[in-house]
Amino acid sequence: MLSKKAWMGACALAVLAFTTSGALAQTIGFSQIGSESGWRAAETTLTRQEAEKRGIDLKFADAQQKQENQIKALRSFIAQGVDAILIAPVVATGWDSVLEEAKEAEIPVVLLDRQVDSSDDLYLTAVGSDLHHEGKVAGDWLVGAVGDKPCNVVELQGTTGSSPAIKRKAGFEEGIAGHDNIKIVRSQTGDFTRTKGKEVMESFLKAENGGKSICALYAHNDDMAVGAIQAIKEAGLKPGEDILIVSIDAVPDIFQAMAAGEANATVELTPNMAGPAFDALAAYLKDGTEPPKFIQTESKLYTQADDPQAVYEAKKDLGY
Amino acid sequence: MPENRPLLHATAVTKTFPGTVALDGVDFTLHSGEVHALLGENGAGKSTLIKCLTGAYRRDGGEILLDGRPIDPRDTLEAQTLGIGTVYQEVNLLPNLSVAENLCLGHQPTRFGMISSRAMSRSARQTLAQYGLEIDVTRNLDTYSVAVQQVVAIARAVSLSGKVLILDEPTASLDALEVRMLFDVVRALKERGLGIVFISHFLDQVFEISDRITVLRNGKLVGTQAIAEIDRTRLVNLMLGRELEQETRESGRTDRPEGEAMIRFRDFGRGGRIAPFDLDIHAGEVVGVAGLLGSGRTETAETLFGVTPHDSGAASDAGKPLHLGSPRDAIAGGFGFCPEDRKSDGIIGDLSVRENIVLALQARRGWTKPVPAREQAAMADEFIRRLDIRTPDAEKPVGLLSGGNQQKVMLARWLATNPRFLILDEPTRGIDVGAHAEIIRLIEELCARGMALLVISSELDELVAYSHRVIVVRDRHHVAELVGAEITTNNMVAAIAADREAAL
Amino acid sequence: MTAAKAILRRVAPQLLTLAAVLGLIALVHPGFFDVSIANGRLYGSAIDILNRGAPVALLAIGMTLVIATRGIDLSVGAVMAISGAVAAAAITSGIGLVPTLALALVTGIACGLWNGLLVAVLGIQPIVATLILMVAGRGIAQLITEGAILTFNHKGLIFFGSGAFLGIPMPVLIWLAAGLLVTLVVRRSALGMLIEAIGVNLRASTLAGINARVLLIAVYMTSGLCAALAGVIAAADIKGADANNAGLWLELDAILAVVVGGTSLLGGRFSIIASLIGAMIIQAVNTGILLSGFPPEFNLIIKAAIILVILVLQSPTVRTTLAFFRRDKASAEAKAETVIQ
Repeated sequence: MLSKKAWMGACALAVLAFTTSGALAQTIGFSQIGSESGWRAAETTLTRQEAEKRGIDLKFADAQQKQENQIKALRSFIAQGVDAILIAPVVATGWDSVLEEAKEAEIPVVLLDRQVDSSDDLYLTAVGSDLHHEGKVAGDWLVGAVGDKPCNVVELQGTTGSSPAIKRKAGFEEGIAGHDNIKIVRSQTGDFTRTKGKEVMESFLKAENGGKSICALYAHNDDMAVGAIQAIKEAGLKPGEDILIVSIDAVPDIFQAMAAGEANATVELTPNMAGPAFDALAAYLKDGTEPPKFIQTESKLYTQADDPQAVYEAKKDLGY
Repeated sequence: MPENRPLLHATAVTKTFPGTVALDGVDFTLHSGEVHALLGENGAGKSTLIKCLTGAYRRDGGEILLDGRPIDPRDTLEAQTLGIGTVYQEVNLLPNLSVAENLCLGHQPTRFGMISSRAMSRSARQTLAQYGLEIDVTRNLDTYSVAVQQVVAIARAVSLSGKVLILDEPTASLDALEVRMLFDVVRALKERGLGIVFISHFLDQVFEISDRITVLRNGKLVGTQAIAEIDRTRLVNLMLGRELEQETRESGRTDRPEGEAMIRFRDFGRGGRIAPFDLDIHAGEVVGVAGLLGSGRTETAETLFGVTPHDSGAASDAGKPLHLGSPRDAIAGGFGFCPEDRKSDGIIGDLSVRENIVLALQARRGWTKPVPAREQAAMADEFIRRLDIRTPDAEKPVGLLSGGNQQKVMLARWLATNPRFLILDEPTRGIDVGAHAEIIRLIEELCARGMALLVISSELDELVAYSHRVIVVRDRHHVAELVGAEITTNNMVAAIAADREAAL
Repeated sequence: MTAAKAILRRVAPQLLTLAAVLGLIALVHPGFFDVSIANGRLYGSAIDILNRGAPVALLAIGMTLVIATRGIDLSVGAVMAISGAVAAAAITSGIGLVPTLALALVTGIACGLWNGLLVAVLGIQPIVATLILMVAGRGIAQLITEGAILTFNHKGLIFFGSGAFLGIPMPVLIWLAAGLLVTLVVRRSALGMLIEAIGVNLRASTLAGINARVLLIAVYMTSGLCAALAGVIAAADIKGADANNAGLWLELDAILAVVVGGTSLLGGRFSIIASLIGAMIIQAVNTGILLSGFPPEFNLIIKAAIILVILVLQSPTVRTTLAFFRRDKASAEAKAETVIQ
């Protein structure tokens, strides 16, 4: 990790040093957690693109998964007198004092993607997705797809005890509630990874009559679904036909699978948190319009009808 | 010696382990005010008897009377409170506590419920003063020599028990001066009326300190006799159950081989370990090395063998330079080395006798050329027979053998490589009488077959017996070389003890 | 013949444990031993165990040798991630299958060389020395994949993860072959004995002329190579290199496999076969939990409980106690017989 950090640190410094502040353009600081996942990398890319689109001078700081780095970055933004700050907080607690400093300096702060435990008058708004809602969208899709036919669902959960796993599970169950023909017969964690998704799916197939009694797979993220698709293929079944597949996140690879007819639907966790954030900030800086305290991003459903190949082409260079 | 009621009286003590009878109806009596030596080869039953007396083992049969009352200690603690204390060869105190704490552990003087370290130190000083030991009792035990630790252990055992003191090979790792000091302590305790059981492999010491001796063999009592009524030969015969020729040589061997030296060391030394020395090694010659512990004898051996490579001088082999930068170099040059500390430097405890014997040969051949399994077995069997290694079979882990047999395995390891020059550091330390004699015989036999040997030993008699030449080491310098008839214990002691100024 | 018997006696506890775990799984999942042929390859839960256990089995081979020298290699999970990433990056750059494999394996060997130099030359304690690469390695892998899952579609490389030869999945063939090869090399040459010797007593071995330094480095390099093989298989299995998750915590499973296989962490006597069976025991427990249908919250507790039982049964104290009871019973029976006579 050392060398990686050194490299990342060098990049972050370079970005800080070489971003020149235009006199007229708004200057906005963005403290990103790091790049622990493809989704996070895409969020960074899209934030840059959205800033460029609006002529915003974006100061980017990579925290390499450390809160102390984020607090340092925020203080440096405050010292530079930026117009606003975006932050994707790495943890929920410990932000009070630095947020108060920003408030005293009259710099609005927008939280991206994750929440903090501080009082909500310390930040302007939070932009994020509703994990529970994502699960419900997936459940609603399945209800529509199977109609009245009986359907045994197997579920690949996220990391046990993590909030996405808990909320996406509950949301999905809410979506299929009242449709007694749809039953979750097996539910096991795949740790959000392809390898475990594949391994667990293999055991589901063995446990459920070689997969013949499985009608659909619900995976808490696309990576596990991609692993499971391979397991289903290796078992001699056709994913997408013999077993319907719905998952969440909408990463590029699942669109390839959808284009090949091997996956049916995915619910987007949009990496474009910055767009709505910039819009809210623009309104606030212009005439003081207070946005709501939580701006929910759209949990868009993609199916095979949405030209998955085109979506893949659009998404593949975002850094996923 | 008072001939009244014995202090300790054990009759028909029996102890069996699965498959063996370790003690078979052994009688043992100890009077107060006597030093009673308990002798026997390894496995004779000495330690089993001791463990039965001290409660470490529960005996299967027999009776033990202490002061006329039957006792049946369930553990060593109970034996201690009854009055039987034990001091082992490996001092079983706590090295990282102070001397005073070690002495008072478990019964520290307290003041208002707190341990009073001042009172503790005072009582510790008083206790040790009785033993003629005046040391800083607040320092950690491990800052003192083994001999001092030994005395502390004895002081603790005596203060806790006070009737019977068992000394299990207390002198095994002491040098001559330290043994003297220990014996003074033992004599003082004898005066105070304690009964002392003394176990040792060193017959000189047995004859020096004991009043009576009891000999065990194969778990049975061979006999108990007053020391005045027995001579050395008779004693060894009792122990071994066979005749052993008495070593009577008075001075070193004079049949020193003539001719050119095989290996020459010039200005050979290692900073901080051994001062540069010159040494010529001839084929068929035994060079003895005498000196006290820490004088530079082991350092000499380790520098010769490349364990701590020399940083001055050079070695040559028949005029050609010989590179000795590591043990591997030395082995390639035909050297072998049996280190002093067999357990940590010699044997590979978990590996079998066979593997231990083959190891050095295998290492020299390289991993790609394994010694075939059949050859290994044949080699192991041959050495087991030739050196009379007592082991049920060649596959037994060597760590389970007795010290003497481990030493023979070490010798076998080097003999398997067919060395020209074999270095033996204390080859007879801590091994029983039988193995002791066999190793000495082997040294002579190897020498006769043309091997050169360098033997380090604390037993000067032994050096006299087999050496053609003796190097005397003192303060990390080679200070004297005795040849042939000059080699007598007196001359060696004189050289070791000589004042440095006088020598200069 | 006697050698085979000796091996059997050595691995008997592990085989019994494996049989017990498999029996337990068959109780909760009756169709467990069913094996059919699907897509031209053997298909069934038992095959899954052999197949899914491949990474840990491969790691356990190298780990056994390292542990035999009284060392430990914590970096194997990270080395898997690195070599998987190297393989994915190489194959997507289009250099072809053979150079890709060579590059990935050489990467693993280089990681092992690094560990070996730290341990054998600089004298750093193995647990500390390999911790460095354990922490840094995943970062290196992330640099190679640029933080994302680097996917590939090269049929040849994918074959090593999900292909089959004569119906047997490739990963199974690879770990079996690697285990057999390493066992043969160490036991047919003198390596095994020399490794055990330096594990039991490094100083005495050096004094006996063993080149411990070179041997140690070679052992860590073997461990690196095994980890690289495991990394290639893991990447090929999911057609992508996942720097964040490939081999995550597998070093601990590999150590556990060696311990369950009865090789002491204090070094010395080792058995690769027993470690491989140990790996299968661990995978059987994992697969059994998945098949059982318990909620995932119980996974770790069940696994811990089973491993605890296995280790307790193998502990010296319990073993001697069991042996004592057996002997007691035997002698009681013997006595009874004499009474009858």
